[in-house]
Amino acid sequence: MSSGTLYDKVWNLHQVKELPGGSTQLFVGLHLIHEVTSPQAFSALREKNLGVKFPNLTVATVDHIVPTSNQQRPFSDPLAEEMLSTLEKNCKNHGIKFHGIGSNSQGIVHVIAPELGLTQPGMTVACGDSHTSTHGAFGAIAFGIGTSQVRDVLASQSLAMKKLKVRRIWVEGSLGEGVYAKDLILHIIRLLGVKGGVGFAYEFAGPAIEKLSMEGRMTICNMAIEGGARCGYINPDKTTFEYLRGREFSPKGQAWDKAINWWKSLVSDSEAKFDDEIQLDGSSIEPTVTWGITPGQGISIKEKIPNPEMLPENEQQIAKDACKYMNLEPDQPIEGTSIDVCFIGSCTNGRLSDLQEASEIVKGHTVATGIRAFVVPGSQKVSKEAKKKGIDKIFLTAGFEWREPGCSMCLAMNPDKLEGRQISASSSNRNFKGRQGSANGRTLLMSPAMVAAAAINGKVTDVRKLLQE
Amino acid sequence: MKQEFPKGEIKIIRGRSFVIKGDDIDTDRIIPARFLKCVSFSALGEQVFADDREELKGNHPFDLDQNKGANILVVNDNFGCGSSREHAPQALMRWGIRLIVGESFAEIFFGNCLALGIPCITTSKQEINKLQNLVNKNPCQIWDFNLKELSISNQKEILKLNLEEGAHKMLFSGKWDATSQLLDEEERIQSTFKNLPYLNNFK
Repeated sequence: MSSGTLYDKVWNLHQVKELPGGSTQLFVGLHLIHEVTSPQAFSALREKNLGVKFPNLTVATVDHIVPTSNQQRPFSDPLAEEMLSTLEKNCKNHGIKFHGIGSNSQGIVHVIAPELGLTQPGMTVACGDSHTSTHGAFGAIAFGIGTSQVRDVLASQSLAMKKLKVRRIWVEGSLGEGVYAKDLILHIIRLLGVKGGVGFAYEFAGPAIEKLSMEGRMTICNMAIEGGARCGYINPDKTTFEYLRGREFSPKGQAWDKAINWWKSLVSDSEAKFDDEIQLDGSSIEPTVTWGITPGQGISIKEKIPNPEMLPENEQQIAKDACKYMNLEPDQPIEGTSIDVCFIGSCTNGRLSDLQEASEIVKGHTVATGIRAFVVPGSQKVSKEAKKKGIDKIFLTAGFEWREPGCSMCLAMNPDKLEGRQISASSSNRNFKGRQGSANGRTLLMSPAMVAAAAINGKVTDVRKLLQE
Repeated sequence: MKQEFPKGEIKIIRGRSFVIKGDDIDTDRIIPARFLKCVSFSALGEQVFADDREELKGNHPFDLDQNKGANILVVNDNFGCGSSREHAPQALMRWGIRLIVGESFAEIFFGNCLALGIPCITTSKQEINKLQNLVNKNPCQIWDFNLKELSISNQKEILKLNLEEGAHKMLFSGKWDATSQLLDEEERIQSTFKNLPYLNNFK
């Protein structure tokens, strides 16, 4: 059993009650909602004649279904319009703050909460979305929930949960040039597997993690769930505090100094006990790309697509399925694989530094003939900042499309979709069959900079070659 | 016909069974994202595994005549990984599934099923293989699941299963629908709230 970790400390503070059978009633300090997983929860409240207990602890935005080319209301898709207007009504009826279209603060829920300063160390954060683990980057316990639990949190500001074990993933060294947080997390998932984290919270620590910006840390924690860990976190430090300073909902004045003291006290103790510990060397990680149909099927840019027969027995079947579905030949290099579509965005990699890193690759180049490439900023604020820095122009000049904020082609609930057998280079988080809107569309996950490199060459490219030019 | 959804104590589940083969079957496959564009779960039953079914043109287990009315699903490893969408268990439940037996389940999916009163029960890879073979050999046979004994049997064969204690208690006592239980603790909720520095201006 872990002890003295940030996870233990935050968990204990939020414990309402031990429930029979070993689960805990846990208080939720910040509840985020969006249009896809909340309408049925509000309906259930109505059926049970229940209200929202702490309306000011729930914050809403709209992200999954928003079109990214034209956000005029009503949306041309009546189902999308219905979802948005339902959320608007629910928020209005229950007094919940809604960051809607045209509010300057709308965007992907996991992008806007941190940038508004809503996400802070020591909180419990829940949202009806598996990528809620993102918020762990601040030293919060953050996890995805289903709609029944959204209902429970609305009604009671708490939910029934089992305490997780804690695995510390210690990353030595530092990431090389052209290697980003995305490469590190893809590497970790490859190493530990897509279900390696089931039953665990992942604490990411060590020199390579400490050197990451908050945005890089969010990328890491965002994808903890792709490794099976419902929750991933990083101990708060100077980088965290500097990020939070002066944000709209960050503590101010005297409260700020007190907050910092409290946040520091939450950091995992030097003699903390972990249920499991793993160590790896960040310096040895190469740009990493997935070739298959699970986020664990990743290889370095220098490697060849594995031969299923040569893999451990329990990975063979899914590797065979993947080769067939992806129509990729075993033993061929991943570098040079032709692509059709390039997508830069999502809650994993739709933040300002992501767009900046990609734009540095794009600058002075043009998108290869026949490639559809587009950038979807993670939020209105990201979009505005990027425009201020001229990042939009760099992409537009190169032949990328520049869109309005939303989840877009990460899961294709809006009009942005792959068509037929198209294959994408994508900065998103899931390469599942059919994930990007075409039942047989194909996805290669990689860092935004690698997506940019792929757009320029029309094929999977080692971004470091472009950095050297 | 109006469907009966799970209610109260879940102690015994009886019915026919079928197999969905494969590891790491994610919730995007169970219910593709385009079907999430809804403000009610009611239509999801027909859309379960929509893309996989389309591809198999009527030969998918969820389309075979012999499986109509079956209520027990036998799966493999890490079933329900990926997105937290409760639409996935909702779709399975609305199709008619009341019990899932597999090698292992993704955590959020497991919790979402529990919140609907659908037990996700595990056993070893070997036992799952055995069960899948038995089920495939005779799709018409009736299986009896007993929560207390944690077993499933077809009269001739009996297989032992696993379920963590918390979920077991919740299903057995009928307290898997957590809302009312959580609301019972009004005072403790308020006192937890008042003790959290970040909700009290860091006083």
